[in-house]
Amino acid sequence: MPLWLDLIVRVVAVVAAFLVLPLVVGQAEHKVMAHMQGRLGPMYAGAFHGWAQLVADGVKFVQKEDIAPGQADRRIFRLAPIVALFPYLLVLLVIPLGPNGLVAQALDVGLFFVLAVLGVGVLAVLMSAWASANKYSLLGGLRGAAQLLGYELPLVLAAASVAMAAGTLSLPGIVEAWRPWWLLWQAPAAIVFFVAGLAEIRRPPFDMPIADSELVFGYMTEYTGLRFAFFLLAEYVGIVVIAALTTVLFLGGWHGPFADQLGWLWTLVKIFAVSFVIIWFRVAYPRLREDQLQRLCWLVLVPVALGQLVLTAAVKVVM
Amino acid sequence: MPGKGLVQGLAVTLKTMTKRSTTQQYPDVEPELPPRSRGVIALSEENCTVCMLCARECPDWCIYIDSHKEEVVVPGAARPRQRNVLDKFDIDFSLCMYCGICIEVCPFDALHWTPEFEYAETDVLDLLHDKNRLGEWMRTVPPPPAHDVLGEPSKEEATAARKAAGPGAATAAKTARPPVRRPPAGAAPAPTPEKPEPPAETETER
Repeated sequence: MPLWLDLIVRVVAVVAAFLVLPLVVGQAEHKVMAHMQGRLGPMYAGAFHGWAQLVADGVKFVQKEDIAPGQADRRIFRLAPIVALFPYLLVLLVIPLGPNGLVAQALDVGLFFVLAVLGVGVLAVLMSAWASANKYSLLGGLRGAAQLLGYELPLVLAAASVAMAAGTLSLPGIVEAWRPWWLLWQAPAAIVFFVAGLAEIRRPPFDMPIADSELVFGYMTEYTGLRFAFFLLAEYVGIVVIAALTTVLFLGGWHGPFADQLGWLWTLVKIFAVSFVIIWFRVAYPRLREDQLQRLCWLVLVPVALGQLVLTAAVKVVM
Repeated sequence: MPGKGLVQGLAVTLKTMTKRSTTQQYPDVEPELPPRSRGVIALSEENCTVCMLCARECPDWCIYIDSHKEEVVVPGAARPRQRNVLDKFDIDFSLCMYCGICIEVCPFDALHWTPEFEYAETDVLDLLHDKNRLGEWMRTVPPPPAHDVLGEPSKEEATAARKAAGPGAATAAKTARPPVRRPPAGAAPAPTPEKPEPPAETETER
């Protein structure tokens, strides 16, 4: 295969995954949340159990007027949704789907790249919050900044633990080195990573920056139409990315029976299972208060992550 | 134990997810309403005698009735008879509060509840149903629910049964009381002087 064709196939595959997986997760959220609350959820769009609900939503968003507040910093205001969305697209590039190089771009410093790019998310929150010229937006944005900066630390520490265990920063390398007993060994890191990841994508119970009952809609208050849809899409891609990273780092990615042929399926199944847990948490738990949020981060997650680092190092030295 | 509530929360939502939802898909599936649902009021025009009880008892005066008198010549009768003919019978459902007093008060069963409820309008004036529209609702009046087998028979049934059995027959009302022993009809008005006789005899013996 010539280089350009290879490149096009990889990019198209990543963009397709970027567009399809969030919709599947979003539809699953509609339905799972509805049934957990004793409802049916969307039933009309697309005739069969409302499968086209999100497509219909997208069409609706496109038709809406693109409004920017008069006092807003127009350029920053318009740029923020793209900044929120784009890092996740880049992250999807390096997430391995299956064995034998089934990855869009295998990077030797994949984990480092992922964590660095995910850190851009806080920038989008601050940009949209400040540029909206709205008090609710600003409050939400500052809460978001405090939360994202705080939870970045346990996230990185937990990821560092598994990188130490595998002895590599490459995501396919980590999955290659993964062994089932790591589920036990890296369990605290897995929990810390998952919880901090939830906070990173600002999902309930960590949706303090959005907090629709107190801050209207936080940093997204002033957004309408397609730009608002971008923020929503970013949220669902965020679920996919956090679920995929948890899968790749801690749940053994493609490992499973017939991994050579069905590796990609195992990865997808695990991603959807973790996504289900993320949706489940949203239904079951109320929002954390700001002080509870910070206490959980600094007094629970960071110490646990540090302890896990010590444990990982000790086991590595002994072995 | 810390964290117990967190696990319980997850368990409750998961359990709810596995249960069937009770949502009714209304426009696709008709709701099963009980026969006594108060949807709309139907008018059986031929039963109405224009007694005006319903219009008078209506708490918010939403029934409008107009009528005129007509002479009916009955062959063989000494005088022509007069009877009321209904000209207008409107119920304004924008005022109606569905108390059902008009239906309760109607002596001739001209008004009925029906469970039909799909008569919303975009103009509030269209909620004034005239007698033709009220008459059309009669098709949707459900049959009355069956009587409780253990309950008292209805007044009409009891009356009919008594008439069929003839006068003096045992009725439900009579047999329900504990039996009272009464002296036979002929003995009751007997004069009292017969009783003091034996003492008088004893007196004479002394």
